[in-house]
Amino acid sequence: MRRHVLPGFGISLGYALTYLGLIVLLPLAALAWKASGIGVAGLLHLLSSPRTLAALRLSFGGALLAAAVNAVIGLLVAWVLVRYRFPGRRLFDALVDLPFALPTAVAGIALTTLYAPNGWLGGWLATWSIKVAYAPLGVLLAMVFVGFPFVVRTLQPVLESLDRDVEDAAESLGARRWQTFVRVILPMLAPTLLTGFALALARAVGEYGSVIFIAGNIPMRSEIAPLLIVQKLEQFDYAGAAALGVVMLLFSFVLLVVVALLQRWSVRWTESGR
Amino acid sequence: MSALVSARPVAWSRRLVRGALVLLAVGFLALFLLLPLATVFVEAFRQGAAIYLTSIRQHESLAAIRLTLLVAAIAVPLNLVFGVMAAWAITRFDFRGKALLGAFIDLPFSVSPVISGLVYVLLFGAQGWFGPWLDAHGVRIIFAVPGLVLATIFITLPFVARELIPLMQSQGSEEEEAARVLGASGWQMFFRVTLPNIRWALLYGVLLCNARAMGEFGAVSVVSGHIRGLTTTMPLEVEMRYNEYDFAGAFAVASLLALLALMTMALKTLLEWRYGNEIAAHAPGGH
Amino acid sequence: MNLELSHLSRRFTDFAALKDVSLTVAPGEFIALLGPSGSGKTTLLRILAGLDYPDSGSVLRDGEDFLAIHTRERRVGLVFQHYALFRHLTVTENIAFGLRVRPWRSRPARAEVRERVERLLKRVQLEGLGGRYPAQLSGGQCQRVALARALAVEPDLLLLDEPFGALDAQVRVTLRRWLRELHEELKLTTLFVTHDQEEALELADRIVVMNNGRIEQVGSPEIIYQQPATPFVCEFIGKANRLTLRRDGNHFSAAEWTLPGDPWGGRHAQAVAYVRPEHLSLAVPASQPVPASQPAWTARLRHIYLAGSVAHLELHVAAFDQTLEADVASEDLARLDLQPGSLLRVAPRSAVVFPLDDHSGDAVAGDRWAWHDSERKEPGRLRSCR
Repeated sequence: MRRHVLPGFGISLGYALTYLGLIVLLPLAALAWKASGIGVAGLLHLLSSPRTLAALRLSFGGALLAAAVNAVIGLLVAWVLVRYRFPGRRLFDALVDLPFALPTAVAGIALTTLYAPNGWLGGWLATWSIKVAYAPLGVLLAMVFVGFPFVVRTLQPVLESLDRDVEDAAESLGARRWQTFVRVILPMLAPTLLTGFALALARAVGEYGSVIFIAGNIPMRSEIAPLLIVQKLEQFDYAGAAALGVVMLLFSFVLLVVVALLQRWSVRWTESGR
Repeated sequence: MSALVSARPVAWSRRLVRGALVLLAVGFLALFLLLPLATVFVEAFRQGAAIYLTSIRQHESLAAIRLTLLVAAIAVPLNLVFGVMAAWAITRFDFRGKALLGAFIDLPFSVSPVISGLVYVLLFGAQGWFGPWLDAHGVRIIFAVPGLVLATIFITLPFVARELIPLMQSQGSEEEEAARVLGASGWQMFFRVTLPNIRWALLYGVLLCNARAMGEFGAVSVVSGHIRGLTTTMPLEVEMRYNEYDFAGAFAVASLLALLALMTMALKTLLEWRYGNEIAAHAPGGH
Repeated sequence: MNLELSHLSRRFTDFAALKDVSLTVAPGEFIALLGPSGSGKTTLLRILAGLDYPDSGSVLRDGEDFLAIHTRERRVGLVFQHYALFRHLTVTENIAFGLRVRPWRSRPARAEVRERVERLLKRVQLEGLGGRYPAQLSGGQCQRVALARALAVEPDLLLLDEPFGALDAQVRVTLRRWLRELHEELKLTTLFVTHDQEEALELADRIVVMNNGRIEQVGSPEIIYQQPATPFVCEFIGKANRLTLRRDGNHFSAAEWTLPGDPWGGRHAQAVAYVRPEHLSLAVPASQPVPASQPAWTARLRHIYLAGSVAHLELHVAAFDQTLEADVASEDLARLDLQPGSLLRVAPRSAVVFPLDDHSGDAVAGDRWAWHDSERKEPGRLRSCR
């Protein structure tokens, strides 16, 4: 073996692999093994159950929608925080991290209290007959909440390093402000925006703590897939829970791969895209 | 001349757009983030400070606080050591499967917390791989503290490594090589050169890791079994009280967690402000 | 300290950085490793520093296996290209680092460390800056701190990787002179890597020209410049016009100009000649009949670039559609009344010629022919301007 100049290769790699193997890979292997116990017929039966389908639809559909909402709002907030100077900017900037830092259970009960029909916002929205808490809209709201910082925090450094000369160039060529934004800035931000979208998506798909309080967990209507897993566990249906877990994992991976491919496509003009 | 005249309305409209955007963003942040945060404290004190203090002084609350601290005190140092080891191996050596290792380190971030708990139930639960053997030897992992610790370690595993890897990558190994050529031993090199260069990023990672470890809900809820006073961490205590319609109690415990979140955010902002360039990765090649 | 490198080879996954490199370094020598990026010179330096290891070959220091000695114990001073100063330590702490990490038995006392650092600070002309951090220093100062840090451990061998690479031109010149003086004073065996030929020619006792992982030529600056051994050295060191020659019976020619003789006995159909700009003879005006026995090309003067005492001329030879560079003394330029557009007669008076392999078309470096005009027996040479 080649001699290494810096010490600790064997021990650091060995330790990292062992730790990762014991903490992450072995348990995931148990998941795959347990899920395989259910068999193809069992899996089809599980997936064809309307309740499972509805839960998966809500988890993935809701997460996609929430990530899209976050992409738009996140872009706006990141833009304002990077480009404009206004009193309290630093405070609001720090506030963006709240969904990262606030434990999900706390966020869950706070959002529920706010948006419940007797809550501050919920009561007001109820006069417009908009029901947020204990409805699919509440699930979406919680998903937007937990995924929000991802888009802003991935966009910010890129926005800061964006070459302003390009904007000036566009303007000197006669582009209007919004034309510059749509034709020059947005395409340059697209890969980063997609990354933020993917991170927010991944987070929202698996979110549990903040969602279950506000969702109301009505079967077929506002029940998310992770909750279904918990219920199966409580009924000691380990194989069913494992199978649903594997399906969710696979779904997430496929989504992430798709987003990664999109991202690669959108950075095709940069060096890393070659 | 005409250019000067027409320039004014453009500037006006621009300022208008700018103001509208700022208002929109700030309004959203206030409504969407600040309001829920305020709700936690308002609800916690809705029935007065006396009820608040009583809720927190209850035996179950104190047990939950103790357990939360214990779990974090085990999980965070373990992930700290792992993070440094993994970052050292990945950024200082070339080996096959490096990218794969990096992907596996990030894996817990893309797994639902519920699944993170589930995998340990499948491993150590009554019907799990090692369940019967553990049962026969009288060891309890699921519905006990070890399960909580394991699930928390799983969830918070990437934090430290993720902070360190890009930073150490961008710093390169030249300073460590220089230390070696100058005669430093492995430990001397690590403690005199490597550690001082990554200390703030390390602290940053530990801060985030700790916040998540103390606040984790989904994963620990699956392995906890919700045994009051024994296997309920603070977030679980919040859930149980909320479900029992003890809103004041739920929000009282929640306010402590919110306080932790605020402290984390403040420290994080402080670190970024003071040591920003020692936390984030420098542009490659630059000094 | 005598250093003997033999048959060093080093392969990285995608390319060979060193191919069978052998070199002997005498005590006190000042050696430049010169070559383009990717030529293997930095790899060679890192192997000597103990930061990399060859796949095969050996390095002996005074007869003992140098590669078996651990990086920490080689007593080598290494100055990194980007200095690799410890950013969290002050200048003083940086310089003292190598002394402070010694096992306690051989560690000098605090007072001695302080004194040695002071001495070194003085030597590198940084007195009073000991309390600064690297980020508070200029590039040239960082450079000198790095050097002081390397010298603090009292090395037997000093290695410098592109020592002036990151500095601006003026600082570079000052530091270069300073380094030369330092070497004369310390007589420390020194190897430095550079891609800047001017730096190598000015500083080094001997230059090792490297390309593609191989040593092309080793020699004193004069030898390297005046007797380049390979086509690469011809092109890399100084300026050279490259001319393709075709064999015509028993001599080689390019258009009207011929080289008498064929040292390869008809084995090669083509050859390549390298002619330095100052080795081109010029004659004016072209319209005057010149004896046919004097082979020369007709060229049009395209551009004149005055650089102090020397003028660089760009000459276009229509016969083989190539632009040649010629250097003449500035006063000759005025005397000959040369203007852009003038027609001239041009011929080399000295050239280094390599045959081209018939199959591969590559120059055969081993079959070098250094030709001078004195070999030509015909009378009536072209008048030289110089």
